[in-house]
Amino acid sequence: MPEIVNPVPAAVIEVRDLRKSYRQVDAVRGISFAVGRGATTALLGGNGAGKTTTLSMLLGVLTPSGGAIRILSEDMLRHRYRVLPRINFTSPYVDLPKRLTVSENLRVYARLYGVENPRSRVDELAEELDLGELLKRPYGNLSAGQRTRVSLAKALLNRPEVLLLDEPTASLDPDVGDRVRTLLEDYQRKSGCTMLLASHNMGEVERMCDEVIMLRAGLVVDQGSPAALLERYGRGNMDEVFLDIARERVGAEDTIAASDRIARSLS
Amino acid sequence: MALGVAGSSLNRILALVERHAFLLLKSWPRLLSMAYYPTVTMIMWAFVTVYLRPTNNFLSNAPGLFIGAVLLWDILFRGQLGVSLTFFEEMYSRNLGNLFVSPLRAWELIAGQLLMSLLRTLIGVGAACAFAWLLFHYSIFSLGLPLIAFFVNLIVCGWAIGLAVSGMVLRWGLGAEELAWAAVFLLAPVSGVYYPIGVLPGWLQLIAKCIPTSYVFEGMRALLLDQSFRLELFVQALAINGAFMIAGIALYLWAIGYAREHGLLLQMGE
Repeated sequence: MPEIVNPVPAAVIEVRDLRKSYRQVDAVRGISFAVGRGATTALLGGNGAGKTTTLSMLLGVLTPSGGAIRILSEDMLRHRYRVLPRINFTSPYVDLPKRLTVSENLRVYARLYGVENPRSRVDELAEELDLGELLKRPYGNLSAGQRTRVSLAKALLNRPEVLLLDEPTASLDPDVGDRVRTLLEDYQRKSGCTMLLASHNMGEVERMCDEVIMLRAGLVVDQGSPAALLERYGRGNMDEVFLDIARERVGAEDTIAASDRIARSLS
Repeated sequence: MALGVAGSSLNRILALVERHAFLLLKSWPRLLSMAYYPTVTMIMWAFVTVYLRPTNNFLSNAPGLFIGAVLLWDILFRGQLGVSLTFFEEMYSRNLGNLFVSPLRAWELIAGQLLMSLLRTLIGVGAACAFAWLLFHYSIFSLGLPLIAFFVNLIVCGWAIGLAVSGMVLRWGLGAEELAWAAVFLLAPVSGVYYPIGVLPGWLQLIAKCIPTSYVFEGMRALLLDQSFRLELFVQALAINGAFMIAGIALYLWAIGYAREHGLLLQMGE
C-alpha cells in the first residue's frame, strides 16, 4: 500500500488512492482527499457512489483493497486502535441495544471509550441534547428522531476530535433535522472538531459544510466549497449541482481531470 | 503506563459484561430459560435413576451417575451457548457496527463473551444443582475437588465451540444460527456422557479420543465407581482443549477479518 510521504500539515483526515473492490464490483476506485482541522466536509454522491464504503474504510470496519488513510497523523490501517478512542461515528443504519435504556446504553459506551466520570458526561449530554426525559426509557421504544439524538449523544461521549457521520439527519422531520444540525454546529464551535459527513440533504450540505467532495461510481468527480461548486456549474443550489453530477452531465474526461487535480493538490 | 493500558482493556471488557448483565437482569424470561432446560433434564434423569437403581449395580453403587453426568454436560452446553448468544445479541440489535468502531479490540470482545458465558453457566447450572439437592438430595459438590477439573475442561470446550459458532455465523449470517443449538449435540454420542466410550464401535472410539469431553466423563465415572481421580485423563482433556481453543479463536478471528474484508460488520443484523 502506498505511503503518505508528504502529508498536508493541517489535514486531520488524509486519504490517498483509496480503493475497494469486491469480486465483480469496484466500489471505490482510487480516491484521494484531505480534510483540514476543524472543517466540515461532505461526501456527496448518488446511491452506490461509494460514500458509505469510504466512511467504513475510514472507520476501520472495511479493509481497503489499496491506498492509504491517515487520521490525526496516524496510519489508520496499521494503528487503528490509537485513533479509535479519539474519533466517533453515527449512522441511522447502526442501532444501539433496544432493550437497554438510553442511560444504560450511554454508560456502556462511555466505559468502552474510557470516558472519565461517565455518569456526569451522560448527564451533561442529556442536558445538551435534551435527553433528560428519555434516559430511563428503552432505546427500542423511542421514535426515529429520538434515536438519532441518542446516537448522536453516543457519538459525542468521548468528545471526539473527528466525527464521521453517515446521513446524520436521514428520515428526520425538518424540525428534528434542524435541531440535530444545530447540535452538531454547536459541538464543532465549542470543540473545533473535524467532521466528515455523507448526506443526501443538499440544504444541510450548503448550511454546514466548508468543502464538498463529489463522488460518482467510486471516483471523486469534483471538490470545492459549496459556493465554488455553485459557481463552477452555474447553478442556483446544490440540488442542481448534485443532479448534474449524478446524471453524468459532467463527462468522463472531466471526472479524470478532477481526480488528477485533487491528487496533485495533495502531493 | 502498562497498568493504564491493562486497566483500559479491563474497563472495556467489563463494559461489555455490563451491557449483557443489564439485558439479563431486566428479562426474567431470559433468566428462567437459562435455568429451565438444565433443571428439567436433570429431573428426568433423576427419575430414570430412581427407576433403575433397585435393579442396577452401577446405580446402586453410584446413584449420582446420571444426575452428575447431566449436570456436567450442561456446563459444556451452557458454556457454548453463553459465548454464542452473547455474540448473537449484538447481531440481533444491529450493534456490531458501533462495537467495532469503538476502541474495543477483538481479544477484549472474546474475553467479554467468555465472562458472560461463565456467568450464564453459573446461573443455569447453578439452578439445576440447587434443584438436584432440594428434590433428590444429590449434591454435585460430592464430587469433591475433581469437580473443578471437570468444570474447567467442560467450559473451555464449550467456549471453543461457542467461538467457532460465532465465527461461522459472522461469516454466513444468522441463517447459520441453528449451529448454536446443534453444535454441541454432535459431540454427545462420542463424549460418553451416560456410557463408557468402550461401548462405541472402533471408529467412533477413535473420534472420541480426539474429543476432550470423553476424557471428562470417563474421569467422572472413574471417580464415582472406583473413587479414583485419574489425573492422566484430566491432562489429556486439557491438552486437547488447548488445541480446540486455539482453533476456535483462530476461526473467530478469521471470520472477523473476513467480515472486515467484505463489509459485513455494518450490515449484520436481523
